[in-house]
Amino acid sequence: MAKSHKPVVWFPFAAGGTVIAFCIPVIILLTFLAALGHVPPGLSYEKLHAFAASGIGKLVLFGVIALSAWSSAHRLRCTCYDFGLRADTLVATVLYVAAIVGSIAAALFLMRI
Amino acid sequence: MSRRPLVRECPPTTWYFRQPRYLRYMSREITSIFIGAYCVLLVVGLQRLAAGPAAWEGFLTALKSPASIVFQFLCLVAAVYHAATWFNATQKAMPIQIGEDFVPGNLISGAHYAAWAVLSLVVLFLAGVF
Repeated sequence: MAKSHKPVVWFPFAAGGTVIAFCIPVIILLTFLAALGHVPPGLSYEKLHAFAASGIGKLVLFGVIALSAWSSAHRLRCTCYDFGLRADTLVATVLYVAAIVGSIAAALFLMRI
Repeated sequence: MSRRPLVRECPPTTWYFRQPRYLRYMSREITSIFIGAYCVLLVVGLQRLAAGPAAWEGFLTALKSPASIVFQFLCLVAAVYHAATWFNATQKAMPIQIGEDFVPGNLISGAHYAAWAVLSLVVLFLAGVF
């Protein structure tokens, strides 16, 4: 049977789509409240730093960011193709590398906290 | 005899204006631009959080700029649109069969909406919004 690399791309894509649907709106709502001047107590340095310093907090933050980044990179690739940008290999490389770099950066910052 | 297969014309950059459903498909696709950009904001936020209290305060202040407010509002709309279309699609993507019958599609999507609402409220509560 021919082997395909597609499951590797697809699994994080589907998982990311679910994570984006369930988690991203409320996260945006939190930073949006902060932007409007009503900083939620959970976004204070002490609270958020304590959350990000815990194992579960690191896992949640990394999972949400990495999966969302990968999923949106994959969808952006399809979007570029649909808008008539047919250099798919180039687009895919740029977007996937960006998602991987973003995920690694997130992991490194979390390790420093 | 030369064979001339039918080639349907498909304008590569404007095809989605032909049908409302194509437009809806594309409007869902472009939400990924905002989600991707917001992921960048989250990674920057983590960097600021790791850099210390002063850096984090600076990040919170930067969030309050008008451009940031507009950007986050657009991201919020995009994310909610993504979520709604994603949950609406679940009943087609993973139909559940019990015995001979399929569980009604609206029940599957409705369960996702309910879980979404509960999760969002829990996160807001844990963040101390109310």
